[in-house]
Amino acid sequence: MNEISSATLAERTPGSTLRIATREVAAEGLITLDLERADGGRLPDSTPGAHIDVMLGNGLTRQYSLCGDPRDAHRYRVAVLREPDGRGGSASIHDELTVGSTVGLGGPRNNFAIVPSNRYKFIAGGVGITPILPMIVAADQLGASWELLYLGRRRETMAFLDDLVRYGDRVTIHTSADSGRADLAAWIGATDPDTKVFVCGPTGLLDEVEASTISWRTGWVRLERFQAARHPAPVRTAPFEIELARTGRLVTVNPDVTVAEAIRDAGATVLTSCGQGVCGTCEVSLLAGEADHRDAILDDSERQAQNCMFVCLSRALTDRLVLDA
Amino acid sequence: MSIAAPVHSPSLPVSDEDPFSEEILNDPLPFQERLRDAGAVVLLEKYGTYAMGRYDTVEFALRNWPEFQSGAGVGLSNFRFEKPWRPPSLLLEADPPHHNAPRAALAKILSPRSLNRLAPAWRDDADKLIDKVISSGLEFDGVEALSEQFPLRVFPDAVGLRQDGRDLLLPYGDHLFNAFGPENFLTAKGAPRAGELSAAVNAMCARDQLAETGLGADVWAAADRGDITEAQAPLIVRSLLSAGIDTTVHGVGSVLYYFATNPEQWEAVKADPGLVRTAFDEAVRLESPVQTFFRTATTDVVVDGVTIPDGQKILMFLGSANHDPRRWENPDAFDLTRDPSGHVGFGMGVHQCIGQHVARLEAATLLLAMIERIDTIELTDAPSRHLNNTLRAWETLPLRITLK
Repeated sequence: MNEISSATLAERTPGSTLRIATREVAAEGLITLDLERADGGRLPDSTPGAHIDVMLGNGLTRQYSLCGDPRDAHRYRVAVLREPDGRGGSASIHDELTVGSTVGLGGPRNNFAIVPSNRYKFIAGGVGITPILPMIVAADQLGASWELLYLGRRRETMAFLDDLVRYGDRVTIHTSADSGRADLAAWIGATDPDTKVFVCGPTGLLDEVEASTISWRTGWVRLERFQAARHPAPVRTAPFEIELARTGRLVTVNPDVTVAEAIRDAGATVLTSCGQGVCGTCEVSLLAGEADHRDAILDDSERQAQNCMFVCLSRALTDRLVLDA
Repeated sequence: MSIAAPVHSPSLPVSDEDPFSEEILNDPLPFQERLRDAGAVVLLEKYGTYAMGRYDTVEFALRNWPEFQSGAGVGLSNFRFEKPWRPPSLLLEADPPHHNAPRAALAKILSPRSLNRLAPAWRDDADKLIDKVISSGLEFDGVEALSEQFPLRVFPDAVGLRQDGRDLLLPYGDHLFNAFGPENFLTAKGAPRAGELSAAVNAMCARDQLAETGLGADVWAAADRGDITEAQAPLIVRSLLSAGIDTTVHGVGSVLYYFATNPEQWEAVKADPGLVRTAFDEAVRLESPVQTFFRTATTDVVVDGVTIPDGQKILMFLGSANHDPRRWENPDAFDLTRDPSGHVGFGMGVHQCIGQHVARLEAATLLLAMIERIDTIELTDAPSRHLNNTLRAWETLPLRITLK
């Protein structure tokens, strides 16, 4: 049986808490935050198109695409748009988070990975530019040709315009206040097996692209759709119970231990490896209850299936989890 | 008030030993201890490359892909200056962003959730194999009868390979893993057939050579979805065949050896079959079937006061890290009460063994089938080593079993 040290969970899993290192205004209503581990340690690796869960002190969880350099193992950069009609997540980030504030981390996960192609067409609407930024860097590194159409209302609302200048005419900036609606179908053009299209932006934009690309091969046009309610329940701070189905044992998981530690404490074995929800070694089948997934492995539908969890860091939404352990 | 001691740049320790010599490959542990004690980074004079043998440095470097790249090759040969002997692997010998899509596609195909569908058939195969071994006598060579048989039976089936040509997979893998080392007596042994084996294995990866369902077909399906390109698909199938045979054969061989030489641990796993997974990972830690891989510095990297210049090769001793007493208590013991989590036998970071869940499922399945039938297991004679520049392996494991 493993003894659980008296250090707090945050101290033993320092990767789960991030500190705001910088906060800058990037455009009207839009701030960028650089996040780092409080202990300066390495963050889990990310790939272009990935997003993280940011867990706020008020129990809300929000997803943000990473827009920094995936080679920088010590910083994640996210951009946060104040959404007046939102449910308070972005407002609390804008109003309450300052340099030095801490947030919880889940992921990173990638449902919008850049896949190989000779040519790319990127379309970004507003803050949808964020996952596209590391993608165009990767496209250059991969030796592919690419074009970006970046849509916004006015230039003042559009972040990173200065960073995009160096790409010259590969980037087209379209402002609807000046030029009206963009002709997406014309810009995308005819289907082409050597071209893949990546789109991130508001739902209306995604729907329009989808409608304009019906004749394209499945997988050649990829959209990042952020769903409003990925986290139905708030992050819980109260203890929860796990039931180990193979022995029937019940264990209480206090906020200061991981589920893996609790399983071991109950005399069952579970292997972990990376400790960051990346490698998949600690997967355990979930027989009942709902996990609060914080891994970098499961995609949205797999998370919703609630039939397995990575116990090195994922926790519970419900009062009890029944695990096949 | 106290004043901190000035920080020295320690001079670079130098070793004149050859880790790829017959003597050290036969018994690497004493050399690895000298390497760890010499320093966190040591210059291997014979090859003019750097080496790391301590757990914390090896683990750090494995995670730190931007500064310790794989794209210049994970053998001694530096792809910046030398032409690879085969088209480089899109997984093992590639860096992000090139590495990302093949990795993501294969990670999905080889995830525990995907492999679960293979488990019942594998258990059936394991039961049949144990029946067959037992029926032909209670004394046998564990390598020939079990550790080569089982992976070579279930994995090519899972990939969807044709029957003919499967006997080429072990010699191909053996030469491939030798070729990560220097040109020596081992590469000389494999060189005459290298071209023929490489061509034969490449040919097995074509779509029309693979079964309509299976891991190989799954890779091609990923190309249909645009997750990878059609040009990448056969090379990714090749990675399954390169990395998924010898490693698991030797991993299974090692766990057989440790049980044969640690009867109290066999009793423990019989009493609690839930320990089979711990047993395999503990064996992988102790044996480290993949002993070493190189990385290449992408810039002047400072590690523990030593500057490794841009473009230099660094030999990572995974096996040494897994025996480092700075990290592991009683590191040389096979101990199922230990938590082997965090060992680097499968590597660590973006290149961590993508087939680790396959290896674990194969080993766990075979061990569970053995536990049901076998009461005791012991060596009847000294086993002999199979030498390879990268792999640690048994040539023979003379075993005697008694039945329940």
